[in-house]
Amino acid sequence: MALTGLLMVGFLLFHMYGNLKLFAGMEAYDTYAHHLRIFFEPILANRVFLWIVRVVMLAAVVLHIVSAIVVSRSAWSAAGAGRRYQSGKNKSGLQRTYASRTMRWGGVIIFVFVIAHLLQFTVSSLRTEAIMQTSPYARVVAAFEVWWVWLAYLIALTAVLFHLRHGIWSAFTTLGLHIGPVARRNLDALSWIVAGVLWVGFLAPVTWILIAQPPIPGASA
Amino acid sequence: MNVTLRVWRQKDAQSKGKMVDYKLQDIDDHMSFLEMLDVLNEQLTASGEEPVAFDSDCREGICGMCGVVINGVPHGRGQTTYQTTTCQLHMREFRDGDVIDVEPWRAKPFPVIKDLVVDRTSFDRIIEAGGFISAPTGTAPEAHSVPVPKADADRAFDAATCIGCGACVAACPNGSAMLFTAAKITHLGSLPQGQPERRSRALSMVAQHDAEGFGNCSNIGECSAACPKGIPLQFISRLNRDLWGALSTVDGKHLG
Amino acid sequence: MTTTTRESQRLTTPESLWLEGNDIHDTKAPLDAPIDKMWEQRKFSAKLVNPANRRKMSIIMVGTGLAGGAGAASLGEMGYNVLNFCYQDSPRRAHSIAAQGGINAAKNYRNDGDSTYRLFYDTVKGGDYRARETNAYRLAQVSANIIDQCVAQGVPFAREYGGLLDNRSFGGVQVSRTFYARGQTGQQLLIGAYQALERQVAAGTVKMYARHEMQDVIVADGRARGIVVRNMVTGAIETYYADVVILATGGYGNVFYLSTNAMGSNVTAAWRAHKRGAYFGNPCYTQIHPTCIPVAGDYQSKLTLMSESLRNDGRIWVPKRVEDCAKDPRQIPEEDRDYYLERIYPAFGNLVPRDIASRQAKYMCDEGRGVGPAIEETDRTTGETVVRRRGVYLDFTDVMQRLGRKAVEAKYGNLFDMYAQITGEDPYATPMRIYPAVHYTMGGLWVDYDLETSIPGLFCAGEANFSDQGANRLGASALMQGLADGYFVMPTTIPNYLAGAPFEPIDDSHPAAQEAIAAVKERTQKLLSIKGSRSVDSFHKELGHIMWEYCGMERTEPGLITAIGQIRDLKAEFWQNVNITGEGVGLNQTLERALRVVDFIELGELMCIDALQRRESCGGHFRAESRTEDGEALRHDDQFLYVSAWEAAGQDGKPILHREPLAYNNIELKTRSYK
Repeated sequence: MALTGLLMVGFLLFHMYGNLKLFAGMEAYDTYAHHLRIFFEPILANRVFLWIVRVVMLAAVVLHIVSAIVVSRSAWSAAGAGRRYQSGKNKSGLQRTYASRTMRWGGVIIFVFVIAHLLQFTVSSLRTEAIMQTSPYARVVAAFEVWWVWLAYLIALTAVLFHLRHGIWSAFTTLGLHIGPVARRNLDALSWIVAGVLWVGFLAPVTWILIAQPPIPGASA
Repeated sequence: MNVTLRVWRQKDAQSKGKMVDYKLQDIDDHMSFLEMLDVLNEQLTASGEEPVAFDSDCREGICGMCGVVINGVPHGRGQTTYQTTTCQLHMREFRDGDVIDVEPWRAKPFPVIKDLVVDRTSFDRIIEAGGFISAPTGTAPEAHSVPVPKADADRAFDAATCIGCGACVAACPNGSAMLFTAAKITHLGSLPQGQPERRSRALSMVAQHDAEGFGNCSNIGECSAACPKGIPLQFISRLNRDLWGALSTVDGKHLG
Repeated sequence: MTTTTRESQRLTTPESLWLEGNDIHDTKAPLDAPIDKMWEQRKFSAKLVNPANRRKMSIIMVGTGLAGGAGAASLGEMGYNVLNFCYQDSPRRAHSIAAQGGINAAKNYRNDGDSTYRLFYDTVKGGDYRARETNAYRLAQVSANIIDQCVAQGVPFAREYGGLLDNRSFGGVQVSRTFYARGQTGQQLLIGAYQALERQVAAGTVKMYARHEMQDVIVADGRARGIVVRNMVTGAIETYYADVVILATGGYGNVFYLSTNAMGSNVTAAWRAHKRGAYFGNPCYTQIHPTCIPVAGDYQSKLTLMSESLRNDGRIWVPKRVEDCAKDPRQIPEEDRDYYLERIYPAFGNLVPRDIASRQAKYMCDEGRGVGPAIEETDRTTGETVVRRRGVYLDFTDVMQRLGRKAVEAKYGNLFDMYAQITGEDPYATPMRIYPAVHYTMGGLWVDYDLETSIPGLFCAGEANFSDQGANRLGASALMQGLADGYFVMPTTIPNYLAGAPFEPIDDSHPAAQEAIAAVKERTQKLLSIKGSRSVDSFHKELGHIMWEYCGMERTEPGLITAIGQIRDLKAEFWQNVNITGEGVGLNQTLERALRVVDFIELGELMCIDALQRRESCGGHFRAESRTEDGEALRHDDQFLYVSAWEAAGQDGKPILHREPLAYNNIELKTRSYK
């Protein structure tokens, strides 16, 4: 879980960096998107690197989910899947974080979102307008001018925020980096920072789109 | 003070249990929680009912035999919120009129024997799997032949204070015994005498931990918060480092 | 029950209570060798068992504490089949775990003049010259090996910054020879032994039976060959057989009901062996520890010890006037306080030995000058109800003014925290209250140099035997004795006995086995069938009150005679009126306790008879009739320089006293003086 999780966090950071180029306008963003396809060319053929990333990410997602199911099943088997203690007086635990309590449902929300997210931008590339077919920028702006798309995005990113607040700390702990109380403070801080940066970094450009409704050059609207 | 107890009663391992209410009057503030249960049992005996079965032995917080879940917290937590064993929790930590829920440890590898008594022999089997240093009697070199840096000795001691009560498992939402396992691995792995078996120990103890049916660790930290000896969570991370180390050195051995 | 047939009114002379038997001698110690060569000599003369034959032989070990756990592990390592029993749910819970202070060893790491001989000398002196020289010397000899063994196992002893082991001075001796692991030395040593034991369980040489309580020993054809146990989970009465049986079942301090022992600590195994023919040595020798947390109420189930080291800096006092006793101690001015130990013993002050400190605290409270909660007591002589405060102050005000609170915190922080947790009082703000409590029993089954009891093939180790300590015990020596017996003595002496084994196999069809099984079943059945009106605990508490009053810190002839009568009455009432709920099958903790209390009651009587017979004051045994002009303990070496080994003489019979004369060839007999 730790390794696949951290791999996905790395992907998200890069993804967010790319998204921030939305602020730089259509040309910058589309150039960036195009370069994703020709990464390491000519050593690798066109889109090969992209496909490597896609396969690795898919494998990470699958392994992460499989591990999550294994861990959950062992937990339900060991501690009981239903109500464990008759007493309802310590339901939220002695110290556990909201984030740690919502890992499983948060993970499910994120998974559903990722499917929808991929479908949305794959489907939108099937739209007939020429600009929609050639410009990723156009597709993004078109999508986030719709308020409920933005809202779904907000919910999903908040789920990511909490998932990573526990997930990053937990991943580094599993890898053995929790070496003392100071390390715990640092890892907790790192988790909040990375999760927070991703939340802000992803939401900033799309919120700008929702509010500013920037024109799409060349669109026939 | 007067309190109402809701106690888990279960005749034996096969029977279904349920919570039963008992009212207790004139409980002295200075009683320990278990002495309060003694008073309840004297009352039950007088009225011809079977007393509530619960484990306890030293009643000074060191043997690890006692432990019940009080208001959902393993060993219980009072108003002053110090971490302790049930036998060292006193009634002054509660208020007059309180309703107190008392239940046994809950985990599949800790089956209930009767009422509040559970079977924790799974812990013995984890130790059996490798929680020792192979030093047969009579083979020991002179005690001063290997100096141990004080920091290592202190860490070993901190880990060795584990009393094996099982509160970590009862508190862990995953029913994991990683804190218990990690405490032993840290204790022995911190000392020079424990180095030769360090990696094989981690592998075999974790394998036994899993085979007993304990859950996995997801670094939530409830174990350490419930631990009457305050075994720190970081020892689990240390166990993981030993496991990573074992991966690279023990060929073909199943990680468990 | 006030009829004239009460036992308490029929007894007259002490001598009518027992019979005289023959003298006995420990025949296994090679007395012709010089004391420092004796153990060497015994090891060489002991018979050996070929490694290939060892797996054909089996050993029953009852108990998993320092002696039992270490012994089972060591014998398992040698290749014997060991069956190991304990009443707890895990061998790691044996009460050795609660020892705080430390373990002595004659390593002389401090270069302060320690030696095997000095540890031997201190042990014999600490036992007030009632210990056997041979055993005490061996104990001192193997003490150094114990530390080596424990370090190799990973016991995290306290260390210095250079990485070497730290030592401290303990229990009033003049050298620093005590090894420790913070305040949890017993726990760490026991976990070491437990790990070694679990290693043998994994290796298949030791089979562990937790939650099994021994009920009787099976003596067949003159040898101990098995035990009858109660499976505490199913309630089944089971039998196990072996070539040798070892009892390492701890002390019997719980005969006093309140003690620092664990709730389950009991005498049943040793007592049942005694009834089958094993002599009981010096039952009246009890160590009472002065610095325990006082009783808070009649619901109290056990007492907690605080390290004696507190007396190094704390000053003990009570109010001079009875009317001040209920006051807040901070309101009592200096001139109204009686620092009684400093007043009576100006040379040693608060650091007088345990028995003296304990006895003086009792006197102060008996005078009515005790402090703390006023608790109703029944004066057992007059039968009247009196209100007494049972506690004295242990005050750190002086040292806090001298060194500051920080320094006191650093030194005693954990003890202060423990006190605060248990009493709910802040010891930094108000003086602590302390009172003596029963802590250790030096008496136990009589054993010879090989630790064999008077039943062939029945051995006894650790606190359960009487052998090494004498009439009192040096601080940090209990752990030493348990591990010495377990790691080093038994691995030599048990094979010597087994050299004649394996013996003829036996099973439940043997008449001795049938008789033992039937006796256990009958006793259990009878207890369950009484269905009287008094709880088991109420009997145990009453026994405790009798013992504490008459056979506690101060013993007198009339008191002991009264006690014996009251114990006999209590026993009679127990068998008519005890109320044991539940049934014989399944877990029944009331029945478990009842089976233990039955034996405590009988033991209590023997302790009183032993105390009555020994008309001298020695170590933990103080007879008010035997004291010097200024009230201190007076030994009578001319009359009582022997071990009292009591033989049981069957149902309702009188015990028979066998004397084992003590010879001091290497140490000169001296009188203690602390004035």
